[in-house]
Formats: sequence, C-alpha cells, structure tokens
Amino acid sequence: MTPELGHFALILAFVTALMQGVLPLIGAQRRRTQWIALARPAAQTHFLLLAFSFACLAQSFLANDFSVAYVAQNSNTQLPAIYRFAAVWGGHEGSLLLWVLMLSGWGAAVSVTSRQLPEVMVARVLAVLGLVSIGMLAFILFTSNPFARLLPAAAEGRDLNPLLQDPGLVFHPPMLYMGYVGFSVAFAFAVAALISGRLDAAWARWSRPWTTAAWCFLTIGIAMGSWWAYYELGWGGWWFWDPVENASFMPWLAGTALIHSLAITEKRGAFKNWTVLLAIAAFSLSLLGTFLVRSGVLTSVHAFASDPSRGVFILILLGVVIGSSLTLFAWRAPRVSAGGAFALVSRETMLLINNVLLVVAAGSVLLGTLYPLIIDALGLGKLSVGPPYFNTVFVPVMVPLLLLIAVGPLARWKHADLRDMARRLRLSFVLALLAGIILPQLMGRWTPMTALGCLLAVWIASSTVFQIAERLKIGGGNAPASFWGMHLAHFGIAVFVIGVTLVGGYQEEKDVRMQTGDVVSVGGYQLRLLGISTAPGPNYRASVGEFELSKNGRVLKTLHPEKRQYFSSQMPMTEAAIDAGLTRDIYVSLGEPLDQQGAWSVRVYFKPFVDWIWAGCLLMAAGGFLAVIDRRYRLRVKAAASVPASVTA
Amino acid sequence: MKPRHKRIALIVGGLASITIAAVLVLKALDSNIALYITPSDVIAGKAPHDKAFRMGGLVKQGSIQREGMTTRFIITDTAKEIPVAYTGILPDLFRDGKGAIVQGRLGADGLFSASEVLAKHDENYMPPEAQHAIDQAQKK
Repeated sequence: MTPELGHFALILAFVTALMQGVLPLIGAQRRRTQWIALARPAAQTHFLLLAFSFACLAQSFLANDFSVAYVAQNSNTQLPAIYRFAAVWGGHEGSLLLWVLMLSGWGAAVSVTSRQLPEVMVARVLAVLGLVSIGMLAFILFTSNPFARLLPAAAEGRDLNPLLQDPGLVFHPPMLYMGYVGFSVAFAFAVAALISGRLDAAWARWSRPWTTAAWCFLTIGIAMGSWWAYYELGWGGWWFWDPVENASFMPWLAGTALIHSLAITEKRGAFKNWTVLLAIAAFSLSLLGTFLVRSGVLTSVHAFASDPSRGVFILILLGVVIGSSLTLFAWRAPRVSAGGAFALVSRETMLLINNVLLVVAAGSVLLGTLYPLIIDALGLGKLSVGPPYFNTVFVPVMVPLLLLIAVGPLARWKHADLRDMARRLRLSFVLALLAGIILPQLMGRWTPMTALGCLLAVWIASSTVFQIAERLKIGGGNAPASFWGMHLAHFGIAVFVIGVTLVGGYQEEKDVRMQTGDVVSVGGYQLRLLGISTAPGPNYRASVGEFELSKNGRVLKTLHPEKRQYFSSQMPMTEAAIDAGLTRDIYVSLGEPLDQQGAWSVRVYFKPFVDWIWAGCLLMAAGGFLAVIDRRYRLRVKAAASVPASVTA
Repeated sequence: MKPRHKRIALIVGGLASITIAAVLVLKALDSNIALYITPSDVIAGKAPHDKAFRMGGLVKQGSIQREGMTTRFIITDTAKEIPVAYTGILPDLFRDGKGAIVQGRLGADGLFSASEVLAKHDENYMPPEAQHAIDQAQKK
C-alpha cells in the first residue's frame, strides 16, 4: 500500500508542477492576480507531495518491502537501518527522486522567504522551477519509477553496493544535490528577469544569496565526495579527474564565476548579460552532470550498471533547457542596458579576469571530460583523457587566479589606484616570497612547484589578514557579514592551496609485502604488522590487520585496516585505517593475501597536510554562508521594485 | 584612456588569453590521451610502441599468477590474448574471468607492463571498453 501511496503522491506532484509551471507564468504576463497568487501555494504543495512520496520510499526500504523492485535491487535484510535509509538514493530511481525533492525544496524555500520581492517576480521564478520539475518528474514517472512492483516479491534483496555502505553515502549525495539543484534558483531568477525584460541591480541582489547558498552546498558536497574517495576507495588520493568528479566540478567553477559576476551586477549594474549567461551555464552544467552520472556513457567509478537509454531523456531535457533559455536570452539581451563605466584598473576588471579564468577552467574541464565521448560518437575510436591533461591545463589557469585573489578585494569599484594597492600589498609580497623560499625547505626539499604553492597560499592568506586588520582599524564592528564571508572564503582557498601543494609534493606511497613482525617506514614513521585476524561484522566478515604506529621508537597508536567480504554480494571491500593529524595523515590499507606464509600486500601512505584540503573547502563554504546571512539581502524593497544601479552602488 | 580604447584593450586582452589557453589546452590534450586498443588489434600490430595505451577485456580464467608484489595475468577479448604484468595492489574487484582495463606500455617481447589496472565497483558491471573489445572480437 505504501508504495502505491508514494506513486500516487508523485503523480499529484507532477500535476502541481504543471500548475506551478504554467499558470503563474501566464498570470504574470496577463496581470491576473489570482493566477500569480497560485505560485506560492503550488510550490509548497509540490514540495509536501514530493516529501511524502520520498518518505513512502524510505518506509519501503526500512520495512524491507522487496515487492518493490527498486528496494529489492538496493537493499537487504542484513543491511543496518541507517544504510537502508540512505539506500533510498543509492540507485538511479531514488537519486532522481532526491533530485526533484531538492528542487521542490528550493522552490518552497523561495516561496517562504521571498516576502520582500514583487509578487510577479516570485510567480515567474517559481514557475520556471515548476517547469524544470515537470521535466524531471516526467523522466521519473515514465522511465524510472522507483515504486514499480516486483511480482512475485523477492525473498531477499540484492543488497546495496558495499562501496556505498559508508557514512559518506548518508551525507555526500544530498549535499551535492542541494548544490547542483540549487543553481536552478539562480537559473530561474535569470530566466524570470529575462521574461520580464527587467535585468537590474535588484534582480542581482535577490539572486545572490540563493546562488551563494547553492554554491556552499556544492562546495561541501564535492569536498565530502573527495574525502570519501580518499578513505573509502582505498586509493588514498583526493581528486582523480574522474568524469563524474568533473561533472560536479564544472558547475562549481561556473557557479564561482557567477557569484563574482553577480557582485558586479548588483553593485555596479554592469555585465548583466554575462551574468545571465553564467546563471544559465551553471544550471546547464548541473544538468549535464546529472546526465553524465546517470546515463553511464562515461567510464568512471560512479558508473554502476546503468541504462544508457535513460540518458537520452536527460539529454533532451538538457537541450530544451539550454535551447529555450538561450533563445530567450538572444531575444531579450539586446534591450539590456550597459552598466556603469569603469577604468582599466578597477574591481570590475579584476572580477572580469576572475570570470574569464574560471570560465576557461570550466571549458577545459568540459573539453577533457567530453572529448572521449565526442571521439567515440564520431566513430574515431575509444580513448581516455588522463589526469596529466587536467593538471597541465589547470595549473597555468589557476595561478593567475590565485594571484588575483589577494589583489581583487583591494581594488576600488570604477577606478582603482594602483600605487595605493601596491603599497598595501607590499608586506604580503615579502611574506609570500619568504614562504616560497623557506617553507619547502622546512618540508625537506625545495621544488619550484611547492615553492609556487606556498608562495600563493601565503600571498592570499596574508593579504586577507591585512585587509581584515585595516578594516578593524577603521572600526570593523560595522563590517557587513558579507565582508567577513568573502575574506573567510578566500582564506579557505589559501588553506586549500597549502594542503594541495604539500600533499602533492611530499607524500610517500608504498605498496609492500608484509608478514607478521615486518616493519615498513614511511615519512619518518614506522609501522609494524602485529598480525591479521578475522572478525565478524553485521553483514560481512572482515580480515582485520593490526598495525603498530611508532616514531623514533615511541609507540603512538594501533591501526586496524580491514578487508571485508560482504555475504550477500560476495564483494570484497577495503577499509583503510587512517591516523589523521593536523600536519599529516598515516594511511594503511590491506591488499590481499599473497602466499602460504600469511603475507599480505599492504599499502602505506604518508600524506602531509592532506586534511587542509577539506578544511579549506569547509572554510570556503562557511564564508559563503556568512555572506548569505548578510542583512542587506533581507531588507524590504521599497515600493519601486527596481532600484537603479547608481543608487544602490 | 577613452572608453573605446578601453573596450579594444579588453577585447584584445580577452582574445589573447583565450588563444593562449586554447593552445595550452589542445597541446595538453594531444599528449595526454590514451587510446583504447583491443587485444586483437595489439596482435595485429596496431598498438603504439612508444606511447602508453589502454586495453580492455576479460581476465583469462586461471591466468593470475603472483610473485611477491608483481601479478601476471592474461587479458583476452575471447579471440586473442595478451600477457600483462603489474606491480602493486590490484583493485578489489579484479577477478578471474571478470572485465578489466589496463593502462601501460607494450614491451618488445609482447608483454604488456601495466602502470594502472581498473576494475569496476559493481559485481555486475562490465567496463564498456572491455565489452567493446569482446564484441569486436566476436564479430570477426
């Protein structure tokens, strides 16, 4: 009964999406107040119906209802309850349901918190979100119904892929989807503004907190995915340029560009067309990401058994979204006024360069990700683009961007004084230079790349700290939240760069054969294998290694990496043991038994400053959230809805 | 500076940086792609000798041999077989009779030295490139 209720709620949600997507839009064009007023309740009902539907699916999982095909494929009676719940989004159908649930959640959030916006604007924004929802719900209902029954019911489920039986599954996909789907709000605002023909500073100000919030979730989602891959996949790396990682990274790059260009549009009324294009691009890349992940067209760690025919539907949806929004753009853009003028050296120029670099970065990732697909589609053979491509392209693009982070916030709008900026950056410059010379030597070995990384990190961090100090001197108490947010996020980048640089330059990796009593040293630490025993788990049996970690003869800790054999799927899984620390991680994972003497292959890593990578991402996200709560976004707009750019600046 | 000059400067600067970026990107792309070549094509001499490439297929049943940290096995597309050697820890789902992708170089002696072995994270999943190699072999 529960699955039918869920299915029914899903159909009703589709109907409300039709109402939300069509009626307010017509109402806004024809000035029909009642149709406009329909937008908010429709969006809220839409969300409640989807939440109910989602709860029904979760209930089917928790109750082990194997008469539901999706549950039978992705769950098992032995699976712990928390993973039975997370398994809801462990497969194709459920993760799409999560996708639309998030979409409707963002819509409901807009409908609740947008009291200060003109009703017509809200109606159009919610309508656009409704239209996107129609597309995704049609996809779910017609090709990927999670509530489809399996008759006769299976006696036991096929189990969740052991790789997904991890706390990472509980948090990573929802966060990532929050971010992905959140860009739909920025997209909806942009399209609504295009429809109304009123692209102004007010539009940018309304759009900003939503865009930043989505960006924060995406940042956290990507960081969690990276951390998960680090400890769970047993590879010990933090980024692999895997197509699916790229799929989430491209919207992030476009979104980062969008956040910055929205700042110009809000403050100076300039780059309106560009900002709208970026909003369309960010959401289109999110859809493209969904397509890449769900269609299985790419070889990737995320490519579980999937159905390519479903990809066609998302591809059509992607085409409709990009095609219609760009047509609308082409129609409206010529009428958009140019913004305020600015000098060559000004914050506008800095942000423009930031945008160009980020877009080039996103474009090169896009090219590298799609290149194998294009070549294959043209029948020119099969190939793969390796991480070296991305590294060679990415570093030269990122270096100027990182250099500019320290400079940009110092520049004034309209016209910046170069000499004044140089004076304020003098100390940072000296500190960065010293860091580039000294820090790599402290780590044991000087290389140009590590020197560059340390230099950039200290350059950004010190300039950020000095700017905060300057502000405090002139009375920092009244600095807006967005000021702190920006600097916190930029500081997070410095932390991130330190992590990337030092782990890249000084990590040690060893694959060795070990027997009980053997010692392997890595990064000045010794690891002794005390023995390997077997231990039962809830739905698996594990071989557990016992390693004694010591430094200079002093025992620090015992580490217990596991090799698990899951009962239901007979799949082996590696669980690494990590001793995490502020300045280094020691990482041990078991390979496999090698011979009769009880020797195992063992992988040992020394990862200096690796946790700084994720700490940096969290700081960026925290900075973003600080910016979102800035008071000026919640100020009621006065009677005239569109405040000219010159007034707000 | 006049607004017109400024616009020209911006456009020129933009175009220049995009050109540089495009050149860098294409150069990097050209030197960092690995072609997929099927075992049959390797036997037919279509594999590059100076460049790393990827090979997909099945791990031949009973072909896995371990000597310390080095593993030797055979990748087959059901028609032709290529011996492969790999030193290091293999992925969890690397198994007898299952699909796998190896990346590395072909030695003069016909032994493929893999620097990377990819197997997928789902019991029932077959890497498309491995499937492709088998389909190609069976078509002949």
